[in-house]
Amino acid sequence: MQTITQKQLIDKAVSLLESGTVSWVIGWEKGEFDYDITPAVFKNAEDVKEKFVWNDFCGANFSKYLIAQTGKCEGKILVFLKPCDTYSFNQLLTEHRFDREKVYAVGIPCDGMVDISKVKAVCGEGISAISCDGENLSVTTIYSDAPVLVKTEDALLERCVNCKSKKHVAYDELLGEDGDVIDSARFDEVAKLEAMTPDERFAFWQNELSRCIRCNACRDACPACTCEKCVFNNPNSGVENKAAANSFEEKMFHIIRAFHVAGRCTDCGECSRVCPQNIPLHLLNRKFIKDINEFYGDYQAGAEVGSRAPLVNYTTEDLEPGEIFDRGDLDA
Amino acid sequence: MQMKEYKPLIVAFCCNWCSYAGADLAGNNRLNYPADVKIIRVPCSCRVNPMFILRAFQRGADGVIICGCHPGDCHYTSGNYFTRRRMALLFSMLDFLGIERERTRVEWVSAAEGAKFAATMNDFAEQVAALGENKRLEDLRCKR
Repeated sequence: MQTITQKQLIDKAVSLLESGTVSWVIGWEKGEFDYDITPAVFKNAEDVKEKFVWNDFCGANFSKYLIAQTGKCEGKILVFLKPCDTYSFNQLLTEHRFDREKVYAVGIPCDGMVDISKVKAVCGEGISAISCDGENLSVTTIYSDAPVLVKTEDALLERCVNCKSKKHVAYDELLGEDGDVIDSARFDEVAKLEAMTPDERFAFWQNELSRCIRCNACRDACPACTCEKCVFNNPNSGVENKAAANSFEEKMFHIIRAFHVAGRCTDCGECSRVCPQNIPLHLLNRKFIKDINEFYGDYQAGAEVGSRAPLVNYTTEDLEPGEIFDRGDLDA
Repeated sequence: MQMKEYKPLIVAFCCNWCSYAGADLAGNNRLNYPADVKIIRVPCSCRVNPMFILRAFQRGADGVIICGCHPGDCHYTSGNYFTRRRMALLFSMLDFLGIERERTRVEWVSAAEGAKFAATMNDFAEQVAALGENKRLEDLRCKR
């Protein structure tokens, strides 16, 4: 259940469209099912009133959409940003990926988004309708007569369970209350893996990554992956747009994907959210963030515009690559 | 059939200005280091991108070592400082995925350190040989 209502957002969008402040609106609309809410661009108030949706499934981070849409739109674009989206928004501004003047950002509070695979784990497949009912989700499937109640709290996305911030770091206008940065336990899972033996870690990742179907959804949804020409689309690379044919390719793809966003990843969790195979991709990104924090001092990408990413920076006193493990052993 | 003796294949990325000249000096001084070390010359150690390292493993390398100028002595002023950060993170990630940490190394070798180059290569080759074949980052299609 979200504190802010769909009606409030629609009213805001319509009033800004009608006053001429903005020309387009980036928002969510219903997909094929109640739970696959998809991003959409609305170009007039009628469309917004008719199709705009806001509920527990609006996980999509709009920051990346601004790059393409600000290039197309004549006027300003209204975008709704949840607290974690604002970090990506700042990071893209730092990288000069879109024109800030062409965006009207409205910060909206978020109470956590729902992971449909967790709901399906309880109710099974064949969901015909889902609605929010206070603290619960009321799920109707084609196989059952009565709706099943699932507690929203138990079905949150992993990134929302370990939410890192309810505070907006960028907006033109704020709807509702602003929260605080949360000292979350988001690195616990990484630390747990680090404590395993190399054989156990290898087995864990072999199992997870072998499910990869190379759909590239993690790359396409990632607000940090904004290269117009991607190394994975290079026809000479030998790994262009094809299913992983060997376990090496899976590992290479995921190491390189995570490495390319290391230091710029805001930990928004889109990669894991969109993964159709439920691979915990955020763990790879968090490993890099954790290492950066430990080796080079705490750094949160996107916390402020213009900060210098750790991988394009250095000090003369940095750790040697050979020293990183000795340190780890001392800690353990 | 006689079993072929296992010999590790080691790829060494050496920067043009220091380590490659260091290797040259090792040769001029008739210092021994394993013939299984294949040197690839790069303009600067920071030219080495993580993909190079993974590709080397894919094509059958058992160990990858990156050699560059000592920090502060980079021909391009700051290249090896970037290498240092990148490789620290990459090696940590490889370890996180369960790949043996002894297979990768970064070593700073200047043009005057022929002896250090030979000693480093001997030591690294021994270390990799002790691990055996690279199984965790191999590509079966590239097997010779």
